[in-house]
Amino acid sequence: MSFLASKQNLPFVLILVAGIAAPFLFPDHINEIAVLWLMIVFASTWDILGGQMGYNSLGNIVFFGAGMYICAIVQIGLFYDVGMYTSGARTTHIVFTSDQYFTGFAIGTFVAGIGAAALAIVAGWIVFGLRGPYFAIGTLGLAVAAGEMLSSWELVGAASGISMPVFPGGPNVQRLFFYFLLFVLALATLVFVRWLYSTNFGLALNAIRDDEEKAEAMGIHTRRYKRTAWALSAVFLGFAGAIFGNMNGYIEPRNIAFPIATFNLFMVVMVLLGGKGTLWGPVIGAVIFHTIKEVTWTYFLGWQFIALGVLIVVTIVYFQQGVAGWLMEKFPETFKQRTIIGRGREPGLRGRLAPQPEGAE
Amino acid sequence: MSDAIIAVDKVTKSYGGVVANHAVSLKVPRGQITGLIGPNGSGKTTLFNSIVGYHPIDSGSIRFQDREISQLKVQEIARLGLLRTFQTTRIYGKMDCMRNMLISIPHRKERYSDMFSRAGPEIGDRAAHLLAFVGLYEKRNLLAGSLSFGQQKLLEFAMALMNEPTVLLLDEPTAGINPTLINGLLDRLKRANSELGVTMFIIEHNMRVIMNIASTIYCMAHGEMLAEGKPGEIQRDQRVIDAYLGEN
Repeated sequence: MSFLASKQNLPFVLILVAGIAAPFLFPDHINEIAVLWLMIVFASTWDILGGQMGYNSLGNIVFFGAGMYICAIVQIGLFYDVGMYTSGARTTHIVFTSDQYFTGFAIGTFVAGIGAAALAIVAGWIVFGLRGPYFAIGTLGLAVAAGEMLSSWELVGAASGISMPVFPGGPNVQRLFFYFLLFVLALATLVFVRWLYSTNFGLALNAIRDDEEKAEAMGIHTRRYKRTAWALSAVFLGFAGAIFGNMNGYIEPRNIAFPIATFNLFMVVMVLLGGKGTLWGPVIGAVIFHTIKEVTWTYFLGWQFIALGVLIVVTIVYFQQGVAGWLMEKFPETFKQRTIIGRGREPGLRGRLAPQPEGAE
Repeated sequence: MSDAIIAVDKVTKSYGGVVANHAVSLKVPRGQITGLIGPNGSGKTTLFNSIVGYHPIDSGSIRFQDREISQLKVQEIARLGLLRTFQTTRIYGKMDCMRNMLISIPHRKERYSDMFSRAGPEIGDRAAHLLAFVGLYEKRNLLAGSLSFGQQKLLEFAMALMNEPTVLLLDEPTAGINPTLINGLLDRLKRANSELGVTMFIIEHNMRVIMNIASTIYCMAHGEMLAEGKPGEIQRDQRVIDAYLGEN
């Protein structure tokens, strides 16, 4: 019971309960809530670079889209010829058996994660020479280029995209299946980043954020940390892309795999809204943002992008520290972070105290 | 291995048409404190930057422990154990002091798996002791950016010691520190040298400080090495006096 009772684990327990209960409490909104888990994955992985390391990437969507396409190619390619499957002239109806579907999906998702990470390492080689706004623009260029490239690649259906293998089961089972996949992915992402920030890796990310030149002068392998950080975000985004592509049933480059003006921008806005550089800020931001977005979509259709635009401007101009940042400022004692080492012990003066020199306070 | 831990030989560095260092040579003896003085703009910081690999040099050679380092990058040189502090103090402002210390461990033999390890109790205790050594233990949970300028200097010094350097290059360690704190810092510099065996090479404008702690002093002027000697000799050297009083 100590695991459940611990203050640090409480949010995880709440999320676990909420995640399992939600589809039964709101059976009409399973897809919307599933997308909320996706948003949490987006925000939490964006914050690894954007918040903790201070590198504002506008190209993280590349790994989502790449994961989606890699998974599709693997899923189809394992059993059929990809060019034939995606051909517009195809008249035969192709059905995947249940075995084929799940085997392909599992292998495809795995390869998508690895492939996205490999892509991040290669791309990182190029763009991590850039800093500040140049990095943001450089990564945005990657995202635009990725979308354009896939729009003209015939093998994967070019701009008309790919109809994904059909889920072997009824619509209700399908909804729950993808809901829980995204839920588990979001939970895994959060557990992973919490662990990551508790290691030397987290310290190095923060050091790079605060003063990269100093970090270099102290001998930190800054390039290695930057590339690895991006690759780690890419793994989760690759998984997310693979799952979302199958959930959607149809993939195409500009609006689904590499949607620069929506998902790609949402990542940044959610993190700013919730509070960057914190563990829970991105989650809070994702929940608030997604709720507002869904409500405006439902009740103010036609005005939704104006509402989102206003939200973005207000957040960036007046509320840069985000909800989590604001809470930490308001209640510093409650959210005070203590540096813990070893087995939950605070570092202290043990053994012989270094004798104090003259003039020490 | 020779007695000189750093040997700079005829190093020239120019920015565009301005020659900041012209054929500068010097030797930093192992285990001692060496000073570098000179009027503003005489090329001291440029020389520091050349030694730590911050920018490529035009010609000449820089050897550290008998190894040529003039082609190496900043991080590689730092990992060899040759570390510098900055004239404008640099710490990780949004991390607390303890975290500043924990990330300053040496990265000499870091493997990939070490990126994901956690600081053990020995490291934490060493960080705590070094913070106590510079008098900042009580502030360990405060953000480094919230410390006063002088305290940030002390923190930067403690971070440098945490890195277990062989040689420490300090760029004006007492600049901006209030006079009562200077004595404390002086004492700590001496003790880091005598007790931890750290060789030091210090740029300093405060003559009382540098004459007090350095065993050898180099003086630069107009990008060239002007004089070298014991503190007493340097103080009496007419060329040094002229350089400071604006003759020449």
